[in-house]
Amino acid sequence: MSAPVTERPFAQPADDSRTLLRAGRPSGASHFDRLEPLLAKVTKPIQYVGGEVNSVVKDWDAANVRWVLMYPDAYEVGAPNQGVQILYEVLNEREHLLAERCYAVWPDLEALMRQANVPQFTVDGHRAVGDFDVLGISFSTELGYTNMLTTLDLAGIPLHSADRHGDEPLVIAGGHAAFNPEPIAQFLDAAVLGDGEEAVLLISAVIEAWKAEGRPEGREGLLLRLAQTGSVYVPRFYDVHYLPDGRIHKVAPNRPDIPWRVSKHTLMNLDEWSYPKKPLVPLAETVHERMSVEIFRGCTRGCRFCQAGMITRPVRERSITGVAEIVERGLQATGFEEVGLLSLSSADHSEIADIARNLADRYEDSQTSLSLPSTRVDAFNVDLANELSRNGRRSGLTFAPEGGSERMRKVINKLVTEEDLIRTVTTAYAAGWRHVKLYFMCGLPTETDDDVLQIATLAKEVIKAGREVSGRRDIKCTVSIGGFVPKPHTPFQWAAQLDHESTDARLAKLKDAIRSDREYGKAIGLRYHDGKPGIVEGILSRGDRRVGRVIEQVWRDGARFDGWSEHFSFDRWMASADAALQDEVVDVDWFTIRERDRSEVLPWEHLDSGLDVEWLWEDWQDALDEVAVEDCRWTPCFDCGVCDQMDTQIQIGPTGVTDLPMPGLPSCAN
Amino acid sequence: MPSRRPPDRNIAPVAQRIRLRYARRGRLRFSSHRDFQRALERAIRRAGLPIAYSAGFSPHPKISYANSAPTGAASEAEYVEIGLTHERDPVHVLAELDAALPPGLDIVDAVVARTPDFAARLEASHWLIELPEVSVPGLQQARDAFWAAEAIEVERMAKSGLRKFDARGPVVLAEVRDPQGAPAGSAPCAILEVVVRHVTMSVRPDDVLAALRREADFEPPVPPRVTRLAQGPLDLATYAVGDPFAPDRGD
Repeated sequence: MSAPVTERPFAQPADDSRTLLRAGRPSGASHFDRLEPLLAKVTKPIQYVGGEVNSVVKDWDAANVRWVLMYPDAYEVGAPNQGVQILYEVLNEREHLLAERCYAVWPDLEALMRQANVPQFTVDGHRAVGDFDVLGISFSTELGYTNMLTTLDLAGIPLHSADRHGDEPLVIAGGHAAFNPEPIAQFLDAAVLGDGEEAVLLISAVIEAWKAEGRPEGREGLLLRLAQTGSVYVPRFYDVHYLPDGRIHKVAPNRPDIPWRVSKHTLMNLDEWSYPKKPLVPLAETVHERMSVEIFRGCTRGCRFCQAGMITRPVRERSITGVAEIVERGLQATGFEEVGLLSLSSADHSEIADIARNLADRYEDSQTSLSLPSTRVDAFNVDLANELSRNGRRSGLTFAPEGGSERMRKVINKLVTEEDLIRTVTTAYAAGWRHVKLYFMCGLPTETDDDVLQIATLAKEVIKAGREVSGRRDIKCTVSIGGFVPKPHTPFQWAAQLDHESTDARLAKLKDAIRSDREYGKAIGLRYHDGKPGIVEGILSRGDRRVGRVIEQVWRDGARFDGWSEHFSFDRWMASADAALQDEVVDVDWFTIRERDRSEVLPWEHLDSGLDVEWLWEDWQDALDEVAVEDCRWTPCFDCGVCDQMDTQIQIGPTGVTDLPMPGLPSCAN
Repeated sequence: MPSRRPPDRNIAPVAQRIRLRYARRGRLRFSSHRDFQRALERAIRRAGLPIAYSAGFSPHPKISYANSAPTGAASEAEYVEIGLTHERDPVHVLAELDAALPPGLDIVDAVVARTPDFAARLEASHWLIELPEVSVPGLQQARDAFWAAEAIEVERMAKSGLRKFDARGPVVLAEVRDPQGAPAGSAPCAILEVVVRHVTMSVRPDDVLAALRREADFEPPVPPRVTRLAQGPLDLATYAVGDPFAPDRGD
């Protein structure tokens, strides 16, 4: 495509960008007729039209607080996102609240929208995003940051929070990446940590009251009220002070009435929050063509690299009846052919065997398939997979040993032995599965070439055992490798990230070790990415407010859709980082491949995930000593701090219910 | 070893085939054929229709599609046939499926299949091409140049690569008219209606427009809006496109 004429320059500091984009229409009006002629010229226009089964367009004037929920990636990735779907329903169920969705537009449509002055729109009502009260953005990954800037700009919202003085939407970040929102602090009005269900209602109530009182003290007054709840982070009320060497001296409130720390939200009693009730059924093809049911939230396996496991504690299960209710209602509302039982480690649900057996019985003759997408290395897991695939094809099973050597697995606290793995895959191949996928990471703390080369040894053992038990030579094993990026609020938050040259060299050796093997090489597939994107993820994950300048610079230089290899440019990121940090004593290496010590103030220390920093540090020391920690669901509490700090507790079975009633039959009480 | 064979399921045979005519309207004209397939399969499940499945490891619902309109074109005349394991009144099938599909994908007619060779009956399409910001005389001039040519070669990227084909020959009728009932003072808009015989490399409205560009330098300033009004048997005397369900109705 040729470069289009940009009639509206990027990021005008325009008070009246939004007025221009509104084209004389009242707030809340549809702009679909202005968008429609552009859709004929772009790829996959269906992703922009909305109209999905179970989507909602509410009366604009009847709502007191209006939200846009954004997933900052393409529709095909964002539409299935559970977080957005849950909040969409939670908000729209309330009479005086309204929520619509928006996703990142691809560069082809972005260029046409700039030419035609069409505003960033929601896919539900095609209303201008700039007309809403709140733009809530769910960041599963930091690679959506540049897409946020595109959206703000196309909406006519000033990029910097400090330049918003009027009735622009409050820009609020959520999702896992919001546990360190410092790199995007200057673009945000607020950030929310943790579960969103109650948080969106709390924020809505604060906005509603502030509006009802005549908006005292304007935008600043509203942000103050939100900050004073102690559970909404408003970056502008905190100042970051630096030491001469570039480290942070302290992060402190700049007003007396602002709390020192902001806490995460934790939703208890999941059965009382039975969402989504009516999942969206996208017309466009998406990355997950299925209905998802979250069977529990949180994980205490304690894998030290896993941010999700650390920040979503404690474990809170849905009951078997709660799960079954969501599945049945959801299938009726959607017509989906597949149900995914989601969580961070689904086989760990205390009643998973009963859930699997009951659902498999119930849907046996209905052409509905069930899947358990996240699995652990355990023969029990294969039994579960067998149960769920009673009638279907047994094609691939996935396991995640994560570390290639026994030593490495102790460092990361992934308590799996080679014997466990071989026993598990043997069970799988014996049960008719032909293809086993294994996930590993490269670049873990203390890792050597030898640790990674043991991945090859392991994969060969897997094929050898599989051939023996199945008596066939056509079985396969795929090894997928992800680069490790240290994340905030984990024991590895102090660790040095491996530089991308070393990552690539290590992976090249592994590739040689597999390819050169005549007996097994052809049965083993290897999938990996080079180390460069991980470095960018690394700056964004553990960056501080200075990294915001890098993000803005790289976006101005054209960065979009950084999670897509065809759009990602490492060189552009590095050039932007050099330019944006030239007056600083810190650089990309300082943020990524540098190990931190215990005394350093980390950029997110004022944001409370409940984890006791002393415990995190001890767990980091245990990692270096190759000492493992058990799971607190079946061993005594190991004092990570979350339950005490957040006043929560583990919520797991047994519930005493092991069987479901058959659907459609009247109960005895009738 | 176990599970290499498809399980022995009781696959209920097809007891009845129902032919459906559906429309793709409004914003859902941007849905592709595959988008419609997924939407229909899910609507059938939501509506609880007794759809038949194929045997094998991955059973597929018995649905056959005919000749779908290109993505971006609206249509009043798309056709699909579904196989049911139990007989159903087509009137009810129409109502239940239409209710289960999103607005814009609308079932407009249903008959029990009583005759073979349905696809062969779709001999021609009647297209309506609305051209905003185009004057009627300007379009007429281009149409006349198009009509006077014996053959006009155009190109289109097909799955098999770039194909060259004649976009004039299969067009049996091309008429220009004013939009009817347009309010006075509204923006100019001209309408081209064409009837096109279905041939192997089927000529679509964008091919006709490419031929107009080639023959008469005709370039619409904004993307045209295209609607398929009818598909069916072609009356060679009047060039009218008939109802392909007529034989199934026993008319």
